[in-house]
Amino acid sequence: MPDPVLELRGVIKEFGEAVVTRVLHGIDMRIERGEFVAMIGPSGSGKSTVLNLVGLLDRPTAGEVWVLGERSDRLDDDGLTQLRARSLGFVFQFHHLIGALSAGENVMMALAADQPRLTREMRRRSLEALTEVGLADRVDEDPRRLSGGQQQRVAIARALVRRPPLVLADEPTGNLDTRTAEEIFTLMRRVNKEQGIAFLIVTHDPRIAERCDRVVEIVDGRIVDGRIVDGPPR
Amino acid sequence: MWVDWFLALRILRDGRMQTLLITSGVAAGVTVMVFLSSLMTGLEVSLLKKTLGTQAHVVVRPAEERARPLLGDEVVRRVEATAQRTRSIDGWQQLLAALDAEAGVAAASPSATAPVFAVRGNGTEAVVVKGVVLDRFARVIDLTDHMVAGALTVADRGAVIGVGLAGKLGVTVGDRLRLQAADGTSELFDVRGLFDLGNKAANDVWVLVALRDAQTLLALTGGVSSIELRMPELFAAEALAARLRGRTGLEVESWMAANTELLTALRSQASSSAVIQAFVILAVAIGIASVLVVSVIQRSREIGILRAMGMSRGRITRVFLLQGGLVGVGGSLLGSGLGAALAVGFGKAVTDASGGPLLPIVLDAQLFLTASAVATATGLLAALLPARRAARLDPATAIRNA
Ligand SMILES: Nc1ncnc2c1ncn2[C@@H]1O[C@H](COP(=O)(O)OP(=O)(O)OP(=O)(O)O)[C@@H](O)[C@H]1O
Ligand SMILES: [Mg+2]
Repeated sequence: MPDPVLELRGVIKEFGEAVVTRVLHGIDMRIERGEFVAMIGPSGSGKSTVLNLVGLLDRPTAGEVWVLGERSDRLDDDGLTQLRARSLGFVFQFHHLIGALSAGENVMMALAADQPRLTREMRRRSLEALTEVGLADRVDEDPRRLSGGQQQRVAIARALVRRPPLVLADEPTGNLDTRTAEEIFTLMRRVNKEQGIAFLIVTHDPRIAERCDRVVEIVDGRIVDGRIVDGPPR
Repeated sequence: MWVDWFLALRILRDGRMQTLLITSGVAAGVTVMVFLSSLMTGLEVSLLKKTLGTQAHVVVRPAEERARPLLGDEVVRRVEATAQRTRSIDGWQQLLAALDAEAGVAAASPSATAPVFAVRGNGTEAVVVKGVVLDRFARVIDLTDHMVAGALTVADRGAVIGVGLAGKLGVTVGDRLRLQAADGTSELFDVRGLFDLGNKAANDVWVLVALRDAQTLLALTGGVSSIELRMPELFAAEALAARLRGRTGLEVESWMAANTELLTALRSQASSSAVIQAFVILAVAIGIASVLVVSVIQRSREIGILRAMGMSRGRITRVFLLQGGLVGVGGSLLGSGLGAALAVGFGKAVTDASGGPLLPIVLDAQLFLTASAVATATGLLAALLPARRAARLDPATAIRNA
């Protein structure tokens, strides 16, 4: 029996108080260690909502969210925060770097998130992560002065620096040109292969989806397909 | 480096203009506090010094004379004579010994004091003779530092008089002066020294002589008309007076009772300055809070990201509290310097007729510590609201609404 990093059981999500809208209608989903999964679906179908629940940034209205064997509704806010720091990395569509920090410090903050002090070791590891994404020479750069692709690579370095078991990416290439998107995808795929880090990637790009281990399709808050694709075509 | 500090400093550095703005706000507030307080303290010190330069902190006098039944001509004459004569404190030696031992009393000086006439050639002036034990008296009223001519001694029928009186009578050190009591008794004294206490009443009227000489002149054999006290704790004078009054039944007056108007003026000055300072602090706090709230709103998305990366609500709260505190400390340093410079400049610029400073500017460390503590606490408190707001941000919403 493979060991899931993530499991959703009958997850329902509603928004609103006076007017309640049900966005997710009972999602069941599993991601195993080292899996590389794409999530596709039309706009407004609920992909980002799933990602927020998986990312422990939000709680389901009903159902269970299990991350690394821990059930999110049994944890308080600090418990979720700690679990997030330990087990998840985030890459968002608009890179979302902290403007007040240099590229290297942005990466370092992922390491420092649940630690009291900054250490030399953190500095070393963030430089290492930036080297992996080919940006070692930009460690002291203001992230606002980097190109879109470079910013997204810093964001990936930040998501990976702790070697989390699962990285969540919400349209990580949505904002980039085809060539840069390809670079970013290749980078994530390589990390997945080399380090066994599982990925859940929301994408609209079919050329990316078809090169993932598996594609989950969501329409109107329901999973319509769980087909498995045989690795990336060469 | 501590992560909380690191983030707070980075955010402050990133929001240069905002940081500069609120730090200047705090600095302006601290400047006002330091300047106002040093001015008020200076004013108080100078007023008190002027008033208490020639006044004992507490004066003990004989109990009020009770009306006695009049029994005949002879008695009437005797009573009238007693009333005209200066009265003495019963058992003053024991009282003096007790006062010397009393807690909160720095010095006690017995004196035989009464209005008499000073005669010199054709001139006659109404004066007050004060028969004192000079080394005791000098510890109650600071004469030593205010002698302008001659020596501070009254031995061998010597007298020390004020510069004002010396001018009026045209006498100086080495001259002789006749003092004449109400009953006609008169004595000759050698002027040994002149003082200038900076107070017209004392300079024009006081004639200091030895206690024994005054007792003879005033027919007060062995008696004293008052005992004057000096205290290290100025504002404890009324409490001590009340205590002594209750214990001895004598008339005991504190400088506070004798100068109620001055005290009221000082108090209302202090409270109006406190009100001004309170409003300044309030304005500074509102300034800090509003700038930080804007900063939190501007950084909502980034705060959401930090939360997504695994930073706790507590940490976010601390990061923003620290910003308020740091702005408070920075503003305190700036404002202390500015306030001190302003106060010193003011002290130099505003002078009296003779070009000396009108007000002594009092800058004590306590004032800076208080102002800085208040400013830092204000910064922290003002940051409380924005910090809680930042910590309560829902990360999902914050990131979505980028
Ligand atoms: N906080 C919220 N409050 C109210 N409605 C919400 C909230 N978050 C999401 N929704 C609604 O839930 C539905 C799904 O939104 P979601 O962002 O998950 O879609 P999506 O699949 O990510 O779409 P896209 O591809 O455009 O990013 C939408 O109708 C959206 O309006
Ligand atoms: Mg979305």
